[in-house]
Amino acid sequence: MSTVTLIDPTMTATREIEFRDALREAMSQEMRRDPRVFLLGEEVAQYNGAYKVSKGMLDEFGPRRIIDTPISESGFAGMAIGAAMMGLRPIVEFMSWSFSLVAADPILNNAPKMLYMSGGQFGCPIVFRGNDGAGGQLGSTHSWCVEGLYSNVPGLKMAIPSCPEDAKGLMTTAIRDDDPVFFLESERMLGMKGHVPEGDYLIPFGQAKVRREGTDCTLVSFGRPVNFCLDAAAELAKEGISCEVLDMRTIRPLDIDSIVRSVRKTNYCVVVDQSWSFGSPGSEVASQVHQHCFDDLDNFVHRVHSADVPTPYAFNLEQEYLPNARRICEAVRSCLYRA
Amino acid sequence: MPITNALTTTIERVSILDEHGNFDEKLGKGLIPDADLLKLYETMVTCRMMDEVAFKLQRSGRMGTYPQNMGQEANSLGAAYALNNDDWLVTCYRENCGLMWRGVPIDSILLHWMGDERGNAMPRPHHATPIAVPIGTQMLHATGLAWAAKYRGEKRISCTFFGDGATSEGDFHEACNFAANLDIPVIFFCQNNFWAISVPGRIQCSAPTVAQRGIAYGMPCLQVDGNDLFAVVYGMRKAIEHARTTGKPYFIEGVTYRLGDHTTADDARRYRDQAEVDAWKARDPITRLRTYMTKKGIWSDAKDAALREAAEASCMATIERCEQVEPPVRGDVFNYTFADLPADLVTQRETGHTHSLGQDPSQLPSASNAR
Repeated sequence: MSTVTLIDPTMTATREIEFRDALREAMSQEMRRDPRVFLLGEEVAQYNGAYKVSKGMLDEFGPRRIIDTPISESGFAGMAIGAAMMGLRPIVEFMSWSFSLVAADPILNNAPKMLYMSGGQFGCPIVFRGNDGAGGQLGSTHSWCVEGLYSNVPGLKMAIPSCPEDAKGLMTTAIRDDDPVFFLESERMLGMKGHVPEGDYLIPFGQAKVRREGTDCTLVSFGRPVNFCLDAAAELAKEGISCEVLDMRTIRPLDIDSIVRSVRKTNYCVVVDQSWSFGSPGSEVASQVHQHCFDDLDNFVHRVHSADVPTPYAFNLEQEYLPNARRICEAVRSCLYRA
Repeated sequence: MPITNALTTTIERVSILDEHGNFDEKLGKGLIPDADLLKLYETMVTCRMMDEVAFKLQRSGRMGTYPQNMGQEANSLGAAYALNNDDWLVTCYRENCGLMWRGVPIDSILLHWMGDERGNAMPRPHHATPIAVPIGTQMLHATGLAWAAKYRGEKRISCTFFGDGATSEGDFHEACNFAANLDIPVIFFCQNNFWAISVPGRIQCSAPTVAQRGIAYGMPCLQVDGNDLFAVVYGMRKAIEHARTTGKPYFIEGVTYRLGDHTTADDARRYRDQAEVDAWKARDPITRLRTYMTKKGIWSDAKDAALREAAEASCMATIERCEQVEPPVRGDVFNYTFADLPADLVTQRETGHTHSLGQDPSQLPSASNAR
């Protein structure tokens, strides 16, 4: 574990920037600070990134540290592992996490196990990052939520920010972390604006944040759906239902203590997770809440997931498929016996 | 021991009708009968028109992300023309022209890009696979399809398309290796258009030709001018003969150029020089063919104008038909997820609830029944 210092980012933030700028700022600041850090991936250099996350980085850091790769995910993920074993700290951009599936062997079978299998000799301080989840009519092969699949694997950490401020703080922590970090962004949030401090700061992993305080029901979520939970909480407040919204910020490690603390106060819990329901982060949270809060719960933990089918391509079906504020409201009402 | 030569090899390049209008009679005579040539030209013009119409529609919000075929039409068209109709055509996403020649309705192709999965339900008689958007996966499918044909004692072969970028993927190398080592009749057709979105060919392949990648797998390789329909047909005939008689794979590199953007979500002006684009515009496969046919006396400006007018009308009619297709119903996401839909999904489909099982009380009885 790296030593991390928490500087409360809300103390200094007055400037508003986009989610993508926050990611870039974290990467650039870390690259200035640490010559071992470099970025590689498809179109990250000349094209400034398919989603402009790495815009201008080639100009500042040059082609030695901002590296355009061939379309060969397994290849560059595996090479990054070698570089990390040699003491460098690669940031690997998968344009979309959907593309990481062809790199499953290096990212799941090598990176998270390297330290273990080398008896502590070779660590893999790598950040694998990219867009996760439905980006908006990209069809089922390009809309993967990988958190359900990948969070099952020991040896990796998984961060999934819901706002620009967290994107920067979690990315900085991810880069300084000595273990492989899977960093899940969302194409739908890259243009989202928020207050982000200019200097570098770290948000420790495994520390949830209460996005909205409430007393009647705990809404647990991570990543983009946190924003849907906030919309739902605002809607439910009009009906006199007070929701507490917890943003987990990292899936691994999971801050179960914060969830338990909140559920003991509200006695109801709804988990909102945009991955599929079977064997998901959502089902893990529900299981742990049932275990720790068995006597505190007034109903079983309800869950809102994407439908258990491939991500639809058609606009109307994709809208129905994903968790949204309407479905979260329905779940909360149902959980609170107010349906 | 002296050092001996283990291998000497060459890559042949075929060009029959070049951009200056020179026609190689020796190779080209009788290759494509005039009547066929007129139909092929018509298909290319319609395909190009569809690109233009789709682009405008996307810009006005009536169309999803669309990859134009502009400039590359001759490759898939020449291949589809040379193949038998029951040979597998395993495409990626820039082979509209070949699919159209096969008879796949343009409606299907457009409906797909308009964001409707039903467009990808390629009608079975056409022996074409759904449009493959992940880079490289289809080459292994093509190898599997041809292997299955061989297994079943059928004579058909498969022809798969991919770009220069896809030759960086492991799938490409694995497909080539399998096809070569297990004697599987696949034609690997690389449309080398020099750009993988913004990434130049030099980053994908530093060898002077993409074709020579096939040499490593013991395949015969050929480079053709991919903007020359005659050269493509010539190369394909050679490849097909090889695949059918030996049961082994063949590698063709069609040297071509993507005149448009990668897709409507891209703006190629940001990374390509206009001079480069202009040079390739002068090598346009359609212009080249029109000049040739006009010189031959089988085509005229008047006929061309009439064809373009008819093509535009037919494209607009297709668009209108596609736009009138009702959106898919919610049940569709369940209907095609399993051949035999499990009970919990049947409940989700019937109750109309697409959230997690257990959230709605109406979904509980079936869960208890399952126990």
